[in-house]
Amino acid sequence: MAIRRILIANRGEIAVRVIRTCRTLGIEAVLAASEADLDSLPARLADRTVCIGPGRPAESYLKVDTIVQAALGVKADAIHPGYGFLSERPALARVCEQEGVTFIGPTAAQIEAVGDKLRARAEAEAAGVPTAPGGAVENANEALVLGREIGPPLLIKAVGGGGGRGMKRVDRLEDLPAAMDMAAAEAGAAFGDTRVYLERFVARGRHVEVQIIGDGKGRVVHLGERDCSVQRRYQKLIEETPAPGLSADFRARIHKAAVQLTERLSYRSAGTVEFLVDVDRHAFYFLEMNARIQVEHPITEAVTKVDIVAEQIAIADGKGLRLKQKDIHRDGCAIECRINAEDPAHDFHPSPGTVHTAVWPSGDGVRVDTHIFSGARVPPFYDSLLAKVIVHDADRPAALHKMQRALAETRVEGVATNVTFQSEVLADPEFEKGGVDTGYLPKFLERRRSAQEVSARG
Amino acid sequence: MTLSAKDVQEIMRLLESSSFDSLSLEMNGVKLHLQRGSAAAPARQPLAQPSAPLSQSAPESQPQAVNSAVNKIKPASEPGLADVSSPLLGTFYRAPKPGEPPFVEIGAKVEEDTVIGIIEVMKLMNSVRAGVKGVVAQILAENGDLVEYSETLMRVRPGA
Repeated sequence: MAIRRILIANRGEIAVRVIRTCRTLGIEAVLAASEADLDSLPARLADRTVCIGPGRPAESYLKVDTIVQAALGVKADAIHPGYGFLSERPALARVCEQEGVTFIGPTAAQIEAVGDKLRARAEAEAAGVPTAPGGAVENANEALVLGREIGPPLLIKAVGGGGGRGMKRVDRLEDLPAAMDMAAAEAGAAFGDTRVYLERFVARGRHVEVQIIGDGKGRVVHLGERDCSVQRRYQKLIEETPAPGLSADFRARIHKAAVQLTERLSYRSAGTVEFLVDVDRHAFYFLEMNARIQVEHPITEAVTKVDIVAEQIAIADGKGLRLKQKDIHRDGCAIECRINAEDPAHDFHPSPGTVHTAVWPSGDGVRVDTHIFSGARVPPFYDSLLAKVIVHDADRPAALHKMQRALAETRVEGVATNVTFQSEVLADPEFEKGGVDTGYLPKFLERRRSAQEVSARG
Repeated sequence: MTLSAKDVQEIMRLLESSSFDSLSLEMNGVKLHLQRGSAAAPARQPLAQPSAPLSQSAPESQPQAVNSAVNKIKPASEPGLADVSSPLLGTFYRAPKPGEPPFVEIGAKVEEDTVIGIIEVMKLMNSVRAGVKGVVAQILAENGDLVEYSETLMRVRPGA
C-alpha cells in the first residue's frame, strides 16, 4: 500500500511541520481544521482544508468519529495525529484500524499499554529498565507499608495521569493515608480511574528523554537523548541535546534502557521514553513513555539529520525501519526555545489575540517551526505555543550564543510573549553552566522576582 | 475511437460476469481502472488524470481531485436568502433511504423543524433541519457529498 494522501488531524506549528514533509515526499496533505483555524498557515499550505467543527477542541479536534469520517470523505490513506489532541487516544488508532485508514503512529494496544502508567512501569521492570522505588497501592494501609519501605518524601501518582498531571507530594508518612484518599478521589474525577501508585520523590531530578523509532516488529533504534529540565509547572520551555554533563557511559545506559523497553513492546513509529535522572544518586528511573511525535523533536533532527516525520510515514506505509543504529550519528549541540503567547509579567497568563507583526530569525543553523505570520490570529481555545526556535552549532557555548542572536532577531507584536524571558534564562550563569534540574526554573523565577522588587524599591 | 459512458457500462458488466477482480484499460490517452467490490483497498490514482470523466464509472477507485476548501465554488447567495448550513462534518444525504424521494426539492415549503437532509458520521445518522420558515430556493449540497462543518447546504427564501 502506498500512502498518497494524509489527513492531518492537528493544528498550529505541528500541522505545518507535517505538511512540509508531505510536500517533500510528494504526498497530498489534507488539513482537518476547526472553524477558528480556517485562515491559519497550515490551512493555507495544505492541498485541501476541511472544516471539522467549531473552535472548541471538544467539538472539533477531539472528535474521533468526525476525524475518521473526514479521512474517509476526502479519501485519505492515512491520518497523522501530531501531538496532543487525539494523538495518544487509543480510540482514534482503533477506529482507524477498523476502517482501514492507516494511523501514523503506534498500534492502539501500544498506546493503551503506555497510557496506563502502572502497566508501563511494569513493562519497564520486565524489560530490565530501572524504575523509581515504589509500586501500586490499593489502600492507605498498603501505602503506609510501602511508604515506610521507600521513605519520604513520596509522590502519589495517578495511573491515568502523566505529563505532570495527577501527582501529589507527601513529606510525612502520617499524612500519607489522607493524601492517598484525596489522590484517588481526584484521579477518579480527572481521569475516570481511581488507581494510584507510590514512588520515591527525587529531590534533585533532571528530565532526560530518549527518542526512539521502532518498526513494530521488535527492531528499534534510538536517536539520542534530550534534556528538558527547564520546566515551569511541568511545561517544558527549553530543550537541548545532548544532555549536558552526562558521562558517555551513563548516556549509553539510558539509551539502551529506552531501546530495551520499546523492543519489548515491539513498538511501532516514533516515541519518547522519559527518564528522571537522580542527580544525587547518579541514577536514572523510567518515568513514562510518550507514544507520539514530541514538540521538541526538531533538536534531535538537527543533530541526527533524520526527518522523524518522514520515518513515521515510511513505517506506517509498510516500508519498515530504514535507519540502522550504526548509521545514526549525532553531531554538535542543538537547543530549542519555545516561544509562547504568555505574559511573564503576569504569571505567564495566556495572551491570545492578533499578531500584528511577526519577524522570525534565520541564518545558518537556525530553524523556526511556527504557524505565526504577521496578521495571524491566536485563538483562545488552544495552547499558547507560537513558535519553536531551534539552533544547531558545534558545541553548547556556540549554540547558546547563536540562540541569543536568534532571540534578539525575533519580533512578535500584538500579543505578549516570553521571548525576553527566554533570553534572560539563557544568560543566567547557572543555566549557562549546564545540567540544571527541574527545580531550577521556579528558583530562577524567585530570584528574578526579588531582584525586580529590589530595583523597584531602589 | 473513444469510450462512451455506455461502453464503460458494458465493460463493467463484462468484468462483473468474469472471474477477474480488476481490469485496467488504456487507449487513446484514456485510462480506465475498474475494481470489483469497494472493501478492497483501492488503488490510488494521482489527481486530475485525463481519465477524470470516467471517474463516475468507478467511484471507489478514483479519488476526487483535491480542491482547496476556499476554492469551493458555490452559487452566490441572493440578497434575502437564508443559508441552511451543516451542523457537522459528514456525508450528506438528501433522502431518508437510497431510492426514496428527497426530503425537499426546490420550491418546497419548509418550517423551522422540517428535516431537509441527513448527515452521516461514522454510520450515525443526524437529521438536519431547515431552521427557518420559507421556500427552498437553492440546493447546493449533492447527495453523497462530504459536507464540512458550517458549509451551506441549501438556501431558503424566508416567508410565511
